[in-house]
Amino acid sequence: MDVFVQQLINGLTLGSIYGLIAIGYTMVFGIIGMVNFAHGDVFMLSAFVALIVFLVCTAWLGIGSIALALFIVMIVAMLVTALWGWTIERVAYRPLRGSFRLAPLISAIGMSIFLSNFVQVAQGARNKPIPPMVQDVIVLWTGPTGYTVALSYKQIIIMAVTAVLLTIFWYVVQKTSLGRAQRACEQDRKMAALLGIDVDRTISLTFVIGAALAAVAGTMYLLYYGVVSFADGFVPGVKAFTAAVLGGIGSLPGAVLGGLIIGLIETMWSAYFSIEYKDVAAFSILAIVLIFMPSGILGRPEVEKV
Amino acid sequence: MSGDAMTTRTGAGPAGSDLAAALKDGVRGALVMLGLCIPIILLRTDQSQANELILRPRVGLVLIFCALIFILRFTLSYYGVKWRTSRRLKAQGEALPTVTDARPTWKARLSAMALPAFLGLAVTYPLLTVLVNGGLDPSRYWIDLGILILTYVMLGWGLNIVVGLAGLLDLGYVAFYAVGAYSYALLATKFGLSFWICLPLAGILAAFWGVLLGFPVLRLRGDYLAIVTLAFGEIIRLVLINWVDVTGGAAGIYSIPRASFFGIPFTAGEDGFAARFGLEFSGMHRIVFFYYLILVLALITNFVTMRLKRLPVGRAWEALREDEIACRSLGINTVSTKLTAFAIGAMFGGFAGSFFAVRQGFISPESFNFLESAIILAIVVLGGMGSQIGVAIAAVVLVGMPELLRNLGFMRGFFGAGFDPNEFRLLLFGLGMVAMMVWRPRGLISHRDPSVVLKERKAISGSLVKEGHG
Repeated sequence: MDVFVQQLINGLTLGSIYGLIAIGYTMVFGIIGMVNFAHGDVFMLSAFVALIVFLVCTAWLGIGSIALALFIVMIVAMLVTALWGWTIERVAYRPLRGSFRLAPLISAIGMSIFLSNFVQVAQGARNKPIPPMVQDVIVLWTGPTGYTVALSYKQIIIMAVTAVLLTIFWYVVQKTSLGRAQRACEQDRKMAALLGIDVDRTISLTFVIGAALAAVAGTMYLLYYGVVSFADGFVPGVKAFTAAVLGGIGSLPGAVLGGLIIGLIETMWSAYFSIEYKDVAAFSILAIVLIFMPSGILGRPEVEKV
Repeated sequence: MSGDAMTTRTGAGPAGSDLAAALKDGVRGALVMLGLCIPIILLRTDQSQANELILRPRVGLVLIFCALIFILRFTLSYYGVKWRTSRRLKAQGEALPTVTDARPTWKARLSAMALPAFLGLAVTYPLLTVLVNGGLDPSRYWIDLGILILTYVMLGWGLNIVVGLAGLLDLGYVAFYAVGAYSYALLATKFGLSFWICLPLAGILAAFWGVLLGFPVLRLRGDYLAIVTLAFGEIIRLVLINWVDVTGGAAGIYSIPRASFFGIPFTAGEDGFAARFGLEFSGMHRIVFFYYLILVLALITNFVTMRLKRLPVGRAWEALREDEIACRSLGINTVSTKLTAFAIGAMFGGFAGSFFAVRQGFISPESFNFLESAIILAIVVLGGMGSQIGVAIAAVVLVGMPELLRNLGFMRGFFGAGFDPNEFRLLLFGLGMVAMMVWRPRGLISHRDPSVVLKERKAISGSLVKEGHG
């Protein structure tokens, strides 16, 4: 029971990070129907940006307060990554809109290879650790066997930030004109254009929002694990995509729900079965969900038009 | 960096041809570049003596990039507008006539000559390298490169059956390559079977895996199919890493027995290849033999594919690619059609894998990662899906070109001693993939020869050919 509760906490933390990345996948798939393969690497890039900004804050500017530093790091990472997301869409996807269906996927794979190797060339191939911070934990209780169930401040920060950002984001999509335009483009791009919505701009903004949320995930990832390397984009990317599919691709609450489920499955699997095969578990879930439940938990079933 | 140059080239929208607008465009491009560079290039993280990260600013580098982008954007929008619009008009004009007469023009005659020329070059390639380099041993690098390219040509042709003919988007093709390689490695090291027995066995095993993995994904289409096959590919790799008892884990399998020349080993002894044929012993004999082995294997792949295309099953593949629902309503069994495509594609992947194992003498799961699948798929798509010669050209371009970067060591004098062109290989490869898609989304050879001809031959433009829905 103690182990279970502890893993539940860990799983929800991990799941929050996956959920944030998954939103980027699900929005892009919803609006232009492509798997943005490079999204995992955008996430990795944002973690690097966060790392560098954090070092600037602590080593150069001498900001002592961790909270302030984290806040600055997150804002800068979001801005820079959003610019990357915007540029990637402009360069690699926009010229291919209306082209044949495979082209954007191949282009996205190329972009993914480019981004991870770009970071490798620009920042070196080694793992980059940051000094540990926010180490304090709240001990919830100590079990009879001496196993302590603890909730760390890090985990609280991650879950709280995720919750706040998702609320803001939810508000944007549901209540603002941007969100309305986005949902309209999702339903029928041509009709939306006829009604005076700037489709290109809406798609660009979708990429910008997706990248900004990935940057939050990147900052949280760096905070949680304290280390990042150029190869860290692929596996979290695939897992977040799994989360998006599991929740029902195109559905935003689905992406978060899927992220939490994937996070829980991964930690539970590691705790009770074998840690070596945790990625196999994630990939298997991806395959199983796609094969038996392609519309996911909250997604709309796809109607085939002949 | 050329990559980021591209970033902004297609970045901003159409601009006026006057100077002010071009300047504005250039400045905007440079500002975007500056924003992209800001932490990630401007500040490099390095490990200090105390194992802490320190930052090293690189202002000069960022300024160079921004200046490059400015110049590029400026020139493009100052001179490039006219060219762009004219090209767009031309493209629109070309979009209409999609079926054309295929009367032998000079272009057609040239492409008819290209095939034998390509084949001739492939057959005489080792001889040519020996003549150029003056001896067998100095030409080792070039023959190795030829083997590498031909391996990818073969893999490309194998995947072409699945992706190009049947229209099933497979992102996990490397799994079958791995199955072939591990089949040979395990059969040879544990049971002592020879390469010539293992080669067909590896093919059969890979085909079996093709059916096994193909069966669950029959209902999936398009991107979903791609992602599931990717997941399968990764699962196989992860199992290879973690199932240490059988596969040796991440360390891989060492000392895989080498192939013999139909029973004659390549050794210096009495029974060796050199002694039997009255040659002076050289380690290169084996390399040249490998070259011709993979050439023959690749040609077999090509030959079988071309023949299959004319058989009912090949016709069914192409029909499936064009329209699955029509296919089903015409009574074609889509299940067996898809499974044969997976199985035959996988079989050739298995042959190539087993060749890879025997050539390397050492395999590890690292050789079968997702990047390999992406490279093979890129070869097929860049070649113009379904076109055999296109795939071969694409393999030469995508595998050969990055390899040439290794030889750019002389650039060190220009960029400073720390410059390692090898670092940029995959970076440029990724960029190249994006650029190729933007430039020619339908691949290098985008027209098709029709499979069935009524009275006269007509060429079909690629835009008429469906890419399949998986």
